[in-house]
Amino acid sequence: MSILAQQSAATGELRSRLNLLTLAAGAVAALVAPFVIYPVFLMNVLCFALFASAFNLLIGFVGLLSFGHAAFFGAAAYVTAHAAKVWGLPTELAILTGALAAAALGLIVGFLAIRRQGIYFSMITLALAQMFYFICLEVPFTHGEDGIQGVPRGTFLGFVNLDNNLAFYFVVLAIVAAGHFAIWRIVHSPFGNILKAIRDNEPRAISLGYNSDSYKLRAFVLSAGLAGLAGGTNAIVFQLATLTGVQWQSSGEVILMTLLGGIGTLAGPPIGAAITIGLQTYLAAVDFPVTVLIGLIFVVCVLLFRRGVAGEILAYMRKRG
Amino acid sequence: MANVIETQALTKQFKGFVAVSNVDLKIAEGSIHGLIGPNGAGKTTCFNLLTKFLEPSGGRIFHRGEDITGLKPAAIARRGVVRSFQISAVFPHLTVRDNLRAALQRQNGLAHQFWLSDGSLAVLDERARELIADVNLSEFQDTPAGELAYGRKRALEIATTLALDPEVLLLDEPMAGIGREELPRIIDLVRQVAKGRTVVMVEHNLSVVANLCDRVTVLQRGEILAEGSYAEVSADERVRTAYMGSEHAH
Ligand SMILES: Nc1ncnc2c1ncn2[C@@H]1O[C@H](COP(=O)(O)OP(=O)(O)OP(=O)(O)O)[C@@H](O)[C@H]1O
Ligand SMILES: [Mg+2]
Repeated sequence: MSILAQQSAATGELRSRLNLLTLAAGAVAALVAPFVIYPVFLMNVLCFALFASAFNLLIGFVGLLSFGHAAFFGAAAYVTAHAAKVWGLPTELAILTGALAAAALGLIVGFLAIRRQGIYFSMITLALAQMFYFICLEVPFTHGEDGIQGVPRGTFLGFVNLDNNLAFYFVVLAIVAAGHFAIWRIVHSPFGNILKAIRDNEPRAISLGYNSDSYKLRAFVLSAGLAGLAGGTNAIVFQLATLTGVQWQSSGEVILMTLLGGIGTLAGPPIGAAITIGLQTYLAAVDFPVTVLIGLIFVVCVLLFRRGVAGEILAYMRKRG
Repeated sequence: MANVIETQALTKQFKGFVAVSNVDLKIAEGSIHGLIGPNGAGKTTCFNLLTKFLEPSGGRIFHRGEDITGLKPAAIARRGVVRSFQISAVFPHLTVRDNLRAALQRQNGLAHQFWLSDGSLAVLDERARELIADVNLSEFQDTPAGELAYGRKRALEIATTLALDPEVLLLDEPMAGIGREELPRIIDLVRQVAKGRTVVMVEHNLSVVANLCDRVTVLQRGEILAEGSYAEVSADERVRTAYMGSEHAH
């Protein structure tokens, strides 16, 4: 964990200066982008940015490596799609229902996994996610291999017509920004300070009277809910919820994005998501074996930039003072 | 004098190996109680049992006459029975101030709020500053704890432990790794800390034990070998042969 040591060693002032800079750059880019780049692609990037950030809340700030986070993303996609298409809920309520369902699933998975330490925790999350995958394969409401198709985009809050990609983009941007604000708030809250303490030295946190399992479980539920917010939004964007969302490869992808961008940094996961989704989309178009190249890039990154993109930048800035 | 902590036939086995065997400890209120014995005698295991970091294989633990054997470790800490660790335990990526805040948050009801800014923790800073000053770490408030020298980590650990205002302090080798020149300062600190509290300390340095402890329990292979004042146990023939060796018999 010397990576984290170096990062947190950056002075608070530098951090906040850098955060502001990143935030400003990100905001400008996000506002200009849809006029230059295809909005549906961007919405996909935004959803995965939130997904990766929600995952990073656990690995980066609680020290829990969940290997089954796709279950929450995918579950929310199904519930949102079903709520919008079958129940006819307004879009925002459908997404909210999906996020809450993911949080509830997170409560179950977390409850079963949180008592385990280290790799055992990861293995249980993976096992439970796989179990959930098979449930999704079997139950009728997910429509098996076909998935839930033709989900209506509807209108947002009753007045934004989401069939307009540009308008929808700004709605997604607002949702994802709100999700990131929530994560930032959690990390920099009284609760967040205890989470970081547990990450750093769990026995010590317990000896100070904190029931660490209960803190970890709450963080897990929050992370699952936020992953669900991303998954539900994504389902509306593509008007589709399929098994792809809940399969283990998606859990692996989100780990990759977070590692690539920088674990334990707030800007890292969105950067990692943009790189990964960008590569996938570009390589799919040129008909190249995507997984091979992404795997290769991943290996190079892990060998050369172990802190991830954001982590390396932070370390560089710090060295320059 | 009442006993704050008492154990009855406390036992811990690790896969057939008995690390702590039928230990009846009596810790008198307000005392500084030394727990000594050779390496592997079961001292740390005793602490782990008292604070429920380990589940006893047998026996009971009482705090103020109440059976606490079934409690969880966090609950025991909340009762005011707080331990330190043999290997210094700080939160390395948190600043010294945030380490103190983490210790102070719970009593002030500021631990669950994930929706509040951590600026709300500033109300704890006055108390944090006092505690930091008590252990001479004022100039390191904004330093990540992981960057402190070993002795200072020890000091920080004591400060965070004191932040809980514990009734009973279990210190596992608080002097280990402390330089000779720093030793008097830490001894002084422990003496100060012990005022109005009960302290149980594991310590290998016998001059420190002689200097600080009102009572001493000697453990050997998980069993109590002798008990009494330092003068009494150090005069005990079995203790001298088993643990102290002739060179310590002054
Ligand atoms: N978790 C464990 N599993 C198996 N054996 C253990 C475990 N913890 C301690 N032991 C064994 O129990 C015995 C007592 O260990 P303990 O750590 O309590 O000794 P100690 O008196 O604190 O020694 P030291 O002075 O070296 O710190 C040792 O033989 C140790 O190897
Ligand atoms: Mg020990």
